[in-house]
Amino acid sequence: MKAKKSGGVLKAVARTHGGVGVAHNKNTAEMEVERMPAPAQVILPMQQHIGVPCSPIVKVGDMVAVGQLIADSEKYVSAPIHASISGKITKIGETPLPNGVISQSITIESDGEMRPFEGITPPTVTNREELIKAVRASGLVGLGGAGFPTHVKLNFPPDKNVDTLIINVAECEPYITVDYRECIDNSWDILSGIFTLKELLGIKNVIIAVEDNKPAAIKELRKIADNSNDTDDTVKVMVLKSRYPQGAEKVLVQATTGRRVPPGKLPADIGCMVMNVASVAFIARYLKTGKPLVSRSLTVDGSAIANPKNVRVAIGTNVGDVIDFCGGFKEDPYKIITGGPMMGLAIIGTDLPVLKQNNAILALAEKTRRVKREMDCIRCGRCANVCPMDLMPTLIARFAKVKDAEKIKQTGVTVCMECGSCSYACPSGIPLVQYMRLAKTILAEEGGKK
Amino acid sequence: MTLDKKLTVSASPHIRSSVTSTGIMLDVILALIPAFFAAVIFFGPRVLAVTAVTVGTCLLSEYFARKAMKRPGTLGDLSAVVTGVILAFNLPVSIPLWMAGIGSVVAIVVVKQFFGGIGMNFVNPALMARIVLTVSFPSAMSTWTSAFAWRDGVEAVTSASPLAQLNSFFASGSIENFAGAQGLPTLTQMFFGQRSGSLGEVCAVALLLGGLFLIIRGVISVAIPFTYIGTVAVIMLIAGKGDFTFVAYHLMGGGLLLGAIFMATDYTTSPVNVKGKIIFGIGCGFLTAVIRLFGSMPEGVSFSIIIMNVLVPHIERLTTPKPFGTPKKVRGEKAVGQ
Repeated sequence: MKAKKSGGVLKAVARTHGGVGVAHNKNTAEMEVERMPAPAQVILPMQQHIGVPCSPIVKVGDMVAVGQLIADSEKYVSAPIHASISGKITKIGETPLPNGVISQSITIESDGEMRPFEGITPPTVTNREELIKAVRASGLVGLGGAGFPTHVKLNFPPDKNVDTLIINVAECEPYITVDYRECIDNSWDILSGIFTLKELLGIKNVIIAVEDNKPAAIKELRKIADNSNDTDDTVKVMVLKSRYPQGAEKVLVQATTGRRVPPGKLPADIGCMVMNVASVAFIARYLKTGKPLVSRSLTVDGSAIANPKNVRVAIGTNVGDVIDFCGGFKEDPYKIITGGPMMGLAIIGTDLPVLKQNNAILALAEKTRRVKREMDCIRCGRCANVCPMDLMPTLIARFAKVKDAEKIKQTGVTVCMECGSCSYACPSGIPLVQYMRLAKTILAEEGGKK
Repeated sequence: MTLDKKLTVSASPHIRSSVTSTGIMLDVILALIPAFFAAVIFFGPRVLAVTAVTVGTCLLSEYFARKAMKRPGTLGDLSAVVTGVILAFNLPVSIPLWMAGIGSVVAIVVVKQFFGGIGMNFVNPALMARIVLTVSFPSAMSTWTSAFAWRDGVEAVTSASPLAQLNSFFASGSIENFAGAQGLPTLTQMFFGQRSGSLGEVCAVALLLGGLFLIIRGVISVAIPFTYIGTVAVIMLIAGKGDFTFVAYHLMGGGLLLGAIFMATDYTTSPVNVKGKIIFGIGCGFLTAVIRLFGSMPEGVSFSIIIMNVLVPHIERLTTPKPFGTPKKVRGEKAVGQ
């Protein structure tokens, strides 16, 4: 399929199925990212990525500086962890993560100096191997929320013939605006990151995919896409309809290239690589300065937050401290979420550290709680109509309830990415996503038996 | 930072759309109101009594059926009200009230609750009740009162409906003579509903308004009404040798609009996917036209929809989309079914 260019930007080449029109609530879009002063203490869990947890390489009592390596793993699918403040290691213990898993963690008490580690030097990167090595050393994981170690993604087998790099600026989750801010505030880092990746990985085309509710970002991105270094016009901006979950990897690949990732395969298998925009900008900055991933931007918003803001915080900062920095609660929250309201995790309290992949903290006020009592399915078909993966959630839920593994298998539930569109749309308040998870668990157990 | 209260920890998503099942039923009830008022105007205050009996009996049946089966009450979802109103719309105004009551019990208890309640019945409750009543009480169910008879003090008569008249012309092969025939309402009268017929089916404009409302509110998709009515129109155009007046009488006559807009679109008994809806609509239209043209009864909407209701699981099996990214055709692959 060929993309048509109109007004300097591309339009989506393929229509994707389903999706829901959620309220954008991008209240913080015009707020520049504020830097939060160093907290008195950070807690750095050893599991801040998908893959093998790290092991501490420091001891209690050690003095560390900002950017100093404090934990790593010998395994490849893992991302090292660096001290995000300077100070003293006071504890190596355990801490719960937002998903309820208990992880080993390192606590650093601040000395108030934010002294940078003197060993920091920009890495020498001239080829693919050096790039991948450097990215691993930076501790980068996908900043869009998934937390997959970036170097693993970059290290696709050369025979995969990846010809398209897709920069994900969809930011389709409500409230979150940090990727938008990245485009407005750091567009040249994005450009530099794009060219580094493109040249060192040998990728021909770059598509910067952005939703149409971000006109200012589109303008900035066009500036970098139309710059004179790109003589062959291989970097293009594509404007997509704002519709959740436009930024989901498979949906984005289809919308931008018309290609469909087969079940159980990765975008690389059909020649695509999707990168979050903030991750790309981070790579550019890292190659310039050598400063690893020790802080990140977060959107702090929601009806219970006094002063919604975009803030840059040290990784490991207590969620409660971040909320205090944003004026605390203006009213009682009934729920606090790390991440967006569609796929984020509800947390048990504010005494949790900010992780590398957290892109938002949302606190929702009691008065905005919308309770839908669960009723019987009326077969309205809304769940099937909104499913971006062409599934029939209500049918899968029915099979999951009776644990019919054979029938569940036929429904193809494994492609479900738990985007939440079905639960959102269901007029009968049926928690369909939970049934999808149950169905997958039943399949996994069935597979384990054989 | 301390919190006085405990937080809710639940699975994502943390926001929900404002659409509720009760809200959807309320929209359907609102959409039925114009046709209801039209019925009161044309057939008089007895419309209120018939509707009150069907709605009341439906609610009571739903309440006691759920109670007897020890299941949570479902009066709040308003679906029993919708069934009651639609059943009333399918009855002649002169129907003895006890018959209307029996129809309501059949609809809710036998057709709906015996199969598990909302979302589980495989045929439309109101339509099945209409068929049961038609078969059980043929005379009461075919006594049509002329519009405004209540005002003019005319007795109910077992008169031929416009469709029946139309069919006799078709059967005798002289359809070109039907226009202006004795007692046949004009097209304008048909459009506004000044004709004999069951309560809610007569006023075309009110039904179309209701349908438009449901489409705008996103309650129903255009697929079923469009393909249903369209198929009838095409077949009638051929049968009527290109006579558009003949087509117009067929589209506005009988229960086609009521059926296509409010009954064939019933979520529970129609396919979920657009492709399935199209097949369903065409099937309903084809059967309706065939029964009207060649059947022994003047009207075929109820039977057509019921027959297609029964076929829905098969239509679904054929039209369920493949999960995202699945190769188009895989040999020997089993279809996803219910």
